[in-house]
Amino acid sequence: MVPISYYLILSGILFACGVIGFLIKRNIITIFMSIELMLNGVNLSFVAFAAQWGHLSGQIFVFFVMVVAAAETAVGLAIIIAVFRTRETLNVDQVNLLKL
Amino acid sequence: MLHLVLFLVFAAICVAGAVNLLVQKHPISSALSLVVVMASLAVEYLLLGAEFVAAVQVIVYAGAVMVLFVFVIMLLNAGEEETTKGSRVALVLGVPGALAGGLLVAWVLIRHSGDTALSLGALPGYPKTIGWLLFHEFLLPFEVTSILVLIAILGAVFLAAKPETPPAPTGRKG
Repeated sequence: MVPISYYLILSGILFACGVIGFLIKRNIITIFMSIELMLNGVNLSFVAFAAQWGHLSGQIFVFFVMVVAAAETAVGLAIIIAVFRTRETLNVDQVNLLKL
Repeated sequence: MLHLVLFLVFAAICVAGAVNLLVQKHPISSALSLVVVMASLAVEYLLLGAEFVAAVQVIVYAGAVMVLFVFVIMLLNAGEEETTKGSRVALVLGVPGALAGGLLVAWVLIRHSGDTALSLGALPGYPKTIGWLLFHEFLLPFEVTSILVLIAILGAVFLAAKPETPPAPTGRKG
């Protein structure tokens, strides 16, 4: 038997790691991975709450979050490729102009 | 007891992977530690009984999404990221502040999230029941999601496609 608070704390730790990575990383791909980490942390709390309330809606929502994350990844990586083609860098500090 | 031990072991692997993602300098190392995080999260889902979610987590996240990441990292030949020394104020104020905030959140969660303890396989999410819910109660969100995926595919193809003709030189040099 594991208290639900343990699952929520693990989910919070993962989300916090994602936020920290989003703030301190300079490589735009790693920043994207941090966003994925945040979404995974939220998914864990969805599944834990679904088990607590005995209703499967939480697990269904995990699927929707996964679909949104996959769509976001596809579009985001395409944007990264387009940015890299014009700037030739992945460092977000050097991408500071809207127009070249 | 077994449940608690398994939970703690895979939670430790999960947190270690997440911290490793932050520490590593090279994007490939970060991507591989993210795979570790996702795989151990799939085990946590299994412990809660969400079998189908665990399978989809491995197939979609650890499989498809991470392959996309690794593919782009190798395509763009991403190297080690530049770092600078962090500011002293962030070290002196930020780290204790973040620790205090985290401990406060953990305390509130432990004290006030009720005394529900989840047993091993608390809520079995069989593919049959999940599919039934998905195509009855959640039919509208499901269809809207399919439109979202279609738009994402079109957007990704449009954004990543190489312009066919090179843009005409505009004569604005630096």
